[in-house]
Amino acid sequence: MLRSHILPGGQTHLADRTNHFNFGLKTQEFAVPRGVDPSRFLKSCNNEEGVCIEMNHGTTTLAFKFRHGVIVAVDSRASAGQYLASNAVNKVIEINPYLLGTMSGSAADCQYWERLLAKECRLYRLRNNQRISVSAASKLLCNMMLGYRGMGLSVGSMICGWDKEGPGLYYVDDNGTRLSGRMFSTGCGNSYAYGVIDSGYKEDMTVEEAYELGKRGITHATHRDAYSGGVVNMYHMREDGWIKVCQEDVSELIHRYKKGMFN
Amino acid sequence: MEYLIGIQGPDFVLVAADNVAASSIIQMKHDYDKMFKLSEKILLLCVGEAGDTVQFAEYIQKNVQLYKMRNVVPSSKFHFSDITQSVPFVSSQTPYHVNLLLAGYDDADGPGLFYMDHLSSLAKAPFAAHGYGAYLTLSILDRYYKPDLTQDEAMDLLKKCIEELNRRFILNLPSFSVRVIDKNGIQELQKVTVGAAK
Repeated sequence: MLRSHILPGGQTHLADRTNHFNFGLKTQEFAVPRGVDPSRFLKSCNNEEGVCIEMNHGTTTLAFKFRHGVIVAVDSRASAGQYLASNAVNKVIEINPYLLGTMSGSAADCQYWERLLAKECRLYRLRNNQRISVSAASKLLCNMMLGYRGMGLSVGSMICGWDKEGPGLYYVDDNGTRLSGRMFSTGCGNSYAYGVIDSGYKEDMTVEEAYELGKRGITHATHRDAYSGGVVNMYHMREDGWIKVCQEDVSELIHRYKKGMFN
Repeated sequence: MEYLIGIQGPDFVLVAADNVAASSIIQMKHDYDKMFKLSEKILLLCVGEAGDTVQFAEYIQKNVQLYKMRNVVPSSKFHFSDITQSVPFVSSQTPYHVNLLLAGYDDADGPGLFYMDHLSSLAKAPFAAHGYGAYLTLSILDRYYKPDLTQDEAMDLLKKCIEELNRRFILNLPSFSVRVIDKNGIQELQKVTVGAAK
């Protein structure tokens, strides 16, 4: 059979190859040295008395559906504790011209797993001769998260795209939560963003109004949340794919918005 | 935070669940459905730890489908409760933290409601509830439940419970999905929302 030509004799599981992600199995697939147990290590780092490693979720990202597609807006700040590591991080991964993923939580986890998701989406396209649906892509990411449940991953992501069913928006996080909805915001600035976009949202907004709402959501959140800032990176997911709308500095935006306030 | 309730009548089971999917202090969704259809006349209501709930419920759903494919005759709900009971604790390295209500109608044995929790306790009960809301509503069910209640009376009893939650429960649960299972299968009834219950 063809299989025995490709794989060494006796190996019938794809799982045996290092660094290959195999979803659905209960066994751990991460290539760790023998004797290392990630979940036990993590528990030992979370004691009140001893060493305490705090996972930070410094970010604000938001996405909402409206009549003309999906708006995705993110900030660009990366913090390591109280230190500002960078103000120019790209928190949106362009999976393919019809799929975007946002990142919040641990930068390393998000970048790795979403890049892996991009690989799986490309493989799906090659194997099935059609683009993967947003629902399936988000389910793939969700199952990856569930495979490493309890081992300290920190990922809060929104998968946005346009497929046969129309515009799609899913929220996926490291607990394995996967929710479909019309509006989500993630990161520690999410509550501030929700306040602004909830009160300004109208189903029949024009495209310009939607761009303004997305910018406002991120800007006001970065104003209040110390761990968010930098620039607003905004994308618009349309029927013919996504476009990058703008990249504007939040400090300039907030000055523009506040101009009329304190006169 | 989450709430499930089930009321069994002589020839039907009425079940309801809240519609909130929350993350810390934020309501991420207000129209989230916590009921999973296991077969034409069996519903699994599932709450608990994020991620575990959907994972567990879909696992049971697919296993039920597999069972149906392997065996020609679909099993009764009593058997399903045995399957479901084994799972929450069986993988005890990482047990699933889920609380369940299993409601169904069996053509031979009639309607049934089973209460199951994350430690794998299983009890067949005429009425049951999960969540903090249960502390407020179980006594109402004790007081007003009759074994021969009609579907309308069960609906009124459900509305009484929801009214009490709106009156005394500290958290806002604005709407509830309601379904009834009888010999004709599963019917979705109108959602009960704040204001409507009064």
